[in-house]
Amino acid sequence: MTSTAPAWERVQLARKPERPHSLAYINMLISGFVELHGDRRFSDDPSIVSGIGSFNGRTVMVIGHQKGTNTKENLDRNFGMPGPDGYRKALRTFHHAEKFGFPLICFIDTPGADPGLSSEERGQATAIAENLLALSSLKIPTVGVVIGEGGSGGALAISVTDRLLMLENAVYAVASPEACAAILWKDASAAPEAAEALKLTAQNLYEFEIIDEIIPEPEPAHEASDEAILRTGKTIERHLTEIESIVSDQGIEHLLELRYQKYRNIGAWVDQQEAVISGDSPDLARQNGQTAN
Amino acid sequence: MPDFFRRKPTFNREDAEHSDGPVVPDGLWVKCTSCKDLVYSKDFERWYRVCPKCDHHARLTATQRLNYLLDSGSFEEWDRGIVTADPLHFSANGDAYHEKVQQASQKSGQPESLVTGRGRIQGYDAVVAATEFAFLGASMGSAFGEKFVRAVEKAVELRLPFISISNSGGARMHESTFSLMQMAKTTAALSRLGEHKLPHVSILTDPCYGGVTASYATVADIIIAEPGAMIGFAGPRVIEQITRQKLPAGFQTAEFLLKHGMIDMVCRRSDLPETIALLLLHYADATMGRHTPGYAHASTGKEGDA
Repeated sequence: MTSTAPAWERVQLARKPERPHSLAYINMLISGFVELHGDRRFSDDPSIVSGIGSFNGRTVMVIGHQKGTNTKENLDRNFGMPGPDGYRKALRTFHHAEKFGFPLICFIDTPGADPGLSSEERGQATAIAENLLALSSLKIPTVGVVIGEGGSGGALAISVTDRLLMLENAVYAVASPEACAAILWKDASAAPEAAEALKLTAQNLYEFEIIDEIIPEPEPAHEASDEAILRTGKTIERHLTEIESIVSDQGIEHLLELRYQKYRNIGAWVDQQEAVISGDSPDLARQNGQTAN
Repeated sequence: MPDFFRRKPTFNREDAEHSDGPVVPDGLWVKCTSCKDLVYSKDFERWYRVCPKCDHHARLTATQRLNYLLDSGSFEEWDRGIVTADPLHFSANGDAYHEKVQQASQKSGQPESLVTGRGRIQGYDAVVAATEFAFLGASMGSAFGEKFVRAVEKAVELRLPFISISNSGGARMHESTFSLMQMAKTTAALSRLGEHKLPHVSILTDPCYGGVTASYATVADIIIAEPGAMIGFAGPRVIEQITRQKLPAGFQTAEFLLKHGMIDMVCRRSDLPETIALLLLHYADATMGRHTPGYAHASTGKEGDA
């Protein structure tokens, strides 16, 4: 796959039903995996899988969005769109991992959080927000990998991790291109243009320093699934080892500080007042002529 | 006696007349957008822009909000210079984002969709952050996130409680993943606020959706909503389109959220200052904050000894 494929083509690749989903990664990379079910509140959401297993000789906990490979599976898995029960299952797993000091690995692959009546009744927004809060201060190493679709807050709710990795043909954005097109173009068929404008490819996000590494797909993952998964495993291992040595050399508090700063520093803004005072930006100084002169 | 024990709200006519609300000439009547009844404009302003007939709480600008909530003249604004840098050079259908921002700025009189600073609520010092809906639907982008986090960090530094007042369409599309990450950034900052035992009181107003409801606005020690405010994750039209379900009456209103256990209380706009002041009084034990009438007297024995 060339790295110049237009954004919309990437979206199509990221959504391919034959593309390996979380359980494919878990089955190949995690030995002795035991799936754990339920949020202990209301139900078990099948669009999120979670469990415990061994990754290269250490116990880890794993969470992933789970899409189906055909229509029936997708109906069972709600197309990988979790409701609050799914996010609360994930939250339970976060705390479980923290309690025993196991690193956490998250596989991100969702069109977005479920937009339904019952999800709203049970607090979809709150469930996502509480996960963001928990992940920001979880006292264990955490690694997230966007393996397919990274759709909005529904993806973010399990991806605020120490290291965020992305497969070459995965995408990650604030909204689906269709939703963005419907809102800003007033026309859902403008999705290809919206995909381009949203700068949602791994390459874009790497350049923006929002993700830490791109995992290459010499052949698209739906055609060379084993290779993509093994490559992903090696990349996770490298990052996890680095994070573990940060913890053993400098302590978990240092890791939490690095995590805080990682997200604290994401954003593109200018301080007009400072710019005017220091004369950094002639354009801004011109705009604010009265104060600058 | 501390101001707190006063029974009546502290709102006075003079404040209303000097507020930055819509300028309406004397004798003009405004139509309630909900019941279509006519209200004398000066009364409407004086009654916190709440319809006396149907109790509809009209939307407020950030300035009106702060005028109603804070003690007169107590607001000190921070970081007004922070504006977006348009990281994606975004343009939709020929509409450039940077031009949209300029229009929004002219329309709303605010340089961004969030106003932050410190002020006093019935004598209690607090850091406040209020959204400006007239600025691109108070959507959250990089500048919003940065201002919010700076305000929270300042609250930690000054050991002050943090009050957010939100209505918003959610994360701002035009900055894509940068906007999405502001959800993580604002929430992480509140995690630190909590570690310092400082309270976050979140006030949800109409309408509050998407990335704002799903991040800092629901990560709060106390969540208060105004009557009738529409609050949710996905918008009702989206839900109807996708699920083809008919939505029940009152779906996603503040009262619906209260019934489903998602918020602490529904509070009328005119009661907000008193309600928040009472809460801040209770939390003063934890924050050991300044400007806590009564509490400060008891601990220092200074000033006001009779």
